[in-house]
Amino acid sequence: MDLQEILKQLGETFLDWKAIGEVIPKMFAVGLPNTLVLAIASGVIGTVLGMVLALMGISRNPVARWIARVYTDILRGLPPVLTILVIGLGFGPIIRQLSGSTSPYPLAVAALSLMSAAYIGEIFRSGIQSVDKGQLEATRALGFGYGPAMRLVVVPQGVRRVLPALVNQFIALIKESSLVFVLGLLASEREIFQIGKDAASTSGNLSPYVAAAIFYLALTIPLTHFVNWIDRRLRTGRPEKKEPDEAAAVVGKGAQA
Amino acid sequence: MSEFVSGTLTAKNIHLSFGSNRVLRGIDLHVEKGTTASVIGPSGSGKSTLLRVMNRLIEPEQGDILLDGRSVLKDNPDELRRRIGMVFQQFNLFPHKTVAENVSLALRKLRGMSKEQAREDALAQLDLVGLKHKADARPANLSGGQQQRVAIARALAMKPEVMFFDEATSALDPELVKGVLALMTDLAKGGMTMVVVTHEMGFSRNVSDTVTFMDGGVVVETGSPEQLFTEPRTERLKGFLSDVL
Repeated sequence: MDLQEILKQLGETFLDWKAIGEVIPKMFAVGLPNTLVLAIASGVIGTVLGMVLALMGISRNPVARWIARVYTDILRGLPPVLTILVIGLGFGPIIRQLSGSTSPYPLAVAALSLMSAAYIGEIFRSGIQSVDKGQLEATRALGFGYGPAMRLVVVPQGVRRVLPALVNQFIALIKESSLVFVLGLLASEREIFQIGKDAASTSGNLSPYVAAAIFYLALTIPLTHFVNWIDRRLRTGRPEKKEPDEAAAVVGKGAQA
Repeated sequence: MSEFVSGTLTAKNIHLSFGSNRVLRGIDLHVEKGTTASVIGPSGSGKSTLLRVMNRLIEPEQGDILLDGRSVLKDNPDELRRRIGMVFQQFNLFPHKTVAENVSLALRKLRGMSKEQAREDALAQLDLVGLKHKADARPANLSGGQQQRVAIARALAMKPEVMFFDEATSALDPELVKGVLALMTDLAKGGMTMVVVTHEMGFSRNVSDTVTFMDGGVVVETGSPEQLFTEPRTERLKGFLSDVL
């Protein structure tokens, strides 16, 4: 086999434009919406749960701290595919009996949410704990209680600092949403990866995977650049010129903050 | 500077320990309405801790705190702190809010003012400290002296009966100290009740009505500035003064 033949074979395996063209309408109609629903729903739920975990993690109540610690250690320590299978298959029958629904879709969202909550909780906790203690003290000195002081002053600053890490977590979530295929979703519930996988197995050609890859990259690369943009913005702040203090101007030397 | 509705503040026999470290061992401090008490002493003598106990950021283990003759230890501590303004060494302005928002936050959330009313009050307060033109800047774009004046405006906006200053000029570049001290002097002359923990011996001597020298968690000497600065009675105060003057 010479080089030209190898390239030709690879081209046929991965870049069969006809196979790619055939799978794209289904990607747009079914795969993309499902990936977005899975990622956004579990991203939102995971963020809310993550904030609860973070606040428990820094609470003065040792029981709350312990629960947050154990939850985080377990969910972060398991392979995502195992968590999805255990939650999807384990709770499936219970949900089926309670609601009559046979769709594993809600369980897929639940599994992804619970997993990302563990990561997001740690992100929030580190952000909140990095806020200077003087901020809480100054807010309380004005007469705010602990709760309002955290909500109005400390938490917003902590969250702002970890926005890049948070967006990275959303990128991870988009990718991990592909693992829900292990639950055997209905045809209308399949996301980008499984649409590609189905098409690949019926056609015997790997090009649909390439189509799936393009869809994932179209979602994740802009987010990656968004992270970099926020990161830069947070580092340098809005460009604004510092002015010397007028008290200092009398002395004749510009003030440094 | 306008008149203030000031109160008399008394701390009686305050005790506090952090673990085995006895930080405050029976402190008495009395600040008559409309007067300024400065608290001096070496680092680690418990001065800053005393301020935090008197507004109950830290609860004392023993002793009593009276505002206008009435014990405040049974009150809601959040409500007590609304009556006592505090200014910190590191300013502690809220970096994610504008200067005006720093001043108006407590007015809106604790005094229940409308956004417009709170902003108007905040601007008036900023005008008093000479920083109205910085209302929409972020604290990070202000010099240290300007930040501390905003912090003073933020505390004053709540119309406190007493003001605490915790080494308010210690973190400032030397050329910025004067502006902040001038503002504190104006407040003192305007009749605000103030407790000033400071290393500025000039301020302590010339502006305050009483001076209290603390060392090792106890009050070693207290009296008028003349008494303490010209005729210190204890070796410890003599030693301290010869170190700092």
